[in-house]
Formats: sequence, structure tokens, C-alpha cells
Amino acid sequence: MMDVQQQPAPAPAPRRINAGIGRVLIWVYGLFALSAGARAAVQIATKFHVAPLAYTLSALAALIYLVATVCLARSTPASRRLAIICCSIELVGVIAVGAASIIWPASFPDATVWSDFGQGYGYVPLILPMIGLWWLLRRSAAPATPSE
Amino acid sequence: MVCAVPEFLRIATAVVALLLAAWAIYLVIRSRPPRPALFAGVAVLELLAVALVITALVRLADGHKAPDPATFIGYVAAFLVVPPAGFALARMEPTKWGSAIIAVLGIVEAILVVRLQQVWTGV
Repeated sequence: MMDVQQQPAPAPAPRRINAGIGRVLIWVYGLFALSAGARAAVQIATKFHVAPLAYTLSALAALIYLVATVCLARSTPASRRLAIICCSIELVGVIAVGAASIIWPASFPDATVWSDFGQGYGYVPLILPMIGLWWLLRRSAAPATPSE
Repeated sequence: MVCAVPEFLRIATAVVALLLAAWAIYLVIRSRPPRPALFAGVAVLELLAVALVITALVRLADGHKAPDPATFIGYVAAFLVVPPAGFALARMEPTKWGSAIIAVLGIVEAILVVRLQQVWTGV
């Protein structure tokens, strides 16, 4: 708030998405990449036949979390665009899988990260992409907002 | 009812993790960066986690069968990695968001204590 106002701002330098709240997002996305990835790896390796659809979706979710983590950390314009795509897929995924797991419970004999709208993970999988999109889009809309 | 580790060690780890989280949330509300003592708390948490894991591994060597060994090892790895990873990330963020990182760390570690015990007994 008390930052220097006279920033020249010639070429719109790419704003950092990997500091402030962005660093918290990197942390939470990293944790989800780790937990979803490890879980999917164990499930696919030991009992893939039990719930192939659920385990494949878990692996897909893990991959998206991992890409989002790396994109947020890299903080280049291209990685920001890719992160927006990841968050969008995530939001659509958690809503679609959440609805599907309630409508067709038989297809999901075992839980995925996104089952029941992420209930097993405290609904964080549902809230996380919303915060992510807000952060990424806010940064591109508001020009010289000094980070808090 | 086989316990992975002495109950007091599990309770101590969970309590330290939750106290850290509560303190970190307080700092976030006050818009304060993490204090040195908060980082020291994370170090204490990691020491407790290491002690807990060593005890569990000793009992595994003694012949306890975890129902799902692969999952158990996964949780053990996450349990040991989370405090130092969050510590490093929070050090890079000397703002209230650094405190937020520690808050997440404490909550996740407390959940992992519970999950470790569940995976150990196969509940």
C-alpha cells in the first residue's frame, strides 16, 4: 500500500504469480499433486481392476495438479495461461465427477479425489480451482496492483 | 487394537501440529510474517514425526503386518516430507502468506497422524 507510485511500467512486465497468495497456492497444489499422485500410483499398481474409472480419474487429477504446481512456480506468461487451463479443467472435473459419483455410484466403487465434490478432502478440490482462477485472472486484469 | 506408536507420541505430534496451525492462523489474521519461533515449532514437529516413524518402522521389523504396506509407506513419506517442504516455502515468503503456508502445514500434518494410524490398523 505504501509502495513507490512512480513505477515507469513501460513494457507490461509479466506479473508474478508465484509470490504472496500464489506461494500458498503452489504449496496446496503441490500437496494435492503428491497425495493424489501417490494414491493413484498405489491403486493402479495394486488393484486397478476394482475401479478402473475411479483410478484413472485419480491419476488424471494428479497430473493436472502437478502441471498447475509447476506452472504457478514458473510464473511465465505461457505457464500462467497453462495454469488457467489446468484450473478450468479442474473445476469442470470436480463438478462433473462429483455429480457423476452421486448419479452413478456403481461406477465409483472406490473414491477419487473428485468424488462427491471432493468431500473426502474437505471440499478443498472444489474451492482450490476457484481461488486459483481468481488469482490468475485477477493478476491479468488489474494492471499495476502492488502485491500485499 | 495395535497402535503404530505409543499413544502419547501420536497425541503430542497432533497437538504440536494443531498449535502451530492455530498460531499461524493468528499471525495471518494479524497480517504478520512467520516468526522465528514458529519456524522452530516446525522443526520440533519434524523431530516428533521422525520419532513416530522410527517407532513404527521398529514395530514393522518386529513383525507387525500393516494391511496395505504400499499405502503405509506412502503416508510415512508424506509425513516426513511435509514439514521441511513447507518450512522451505515459508522461508521464501516473509509475508502473512508465509504464515498461511505454516498453517496449512500444521493442519495437513495433524490429518496425516490420524491417517497413519488408520492405515496401520486397516480401518
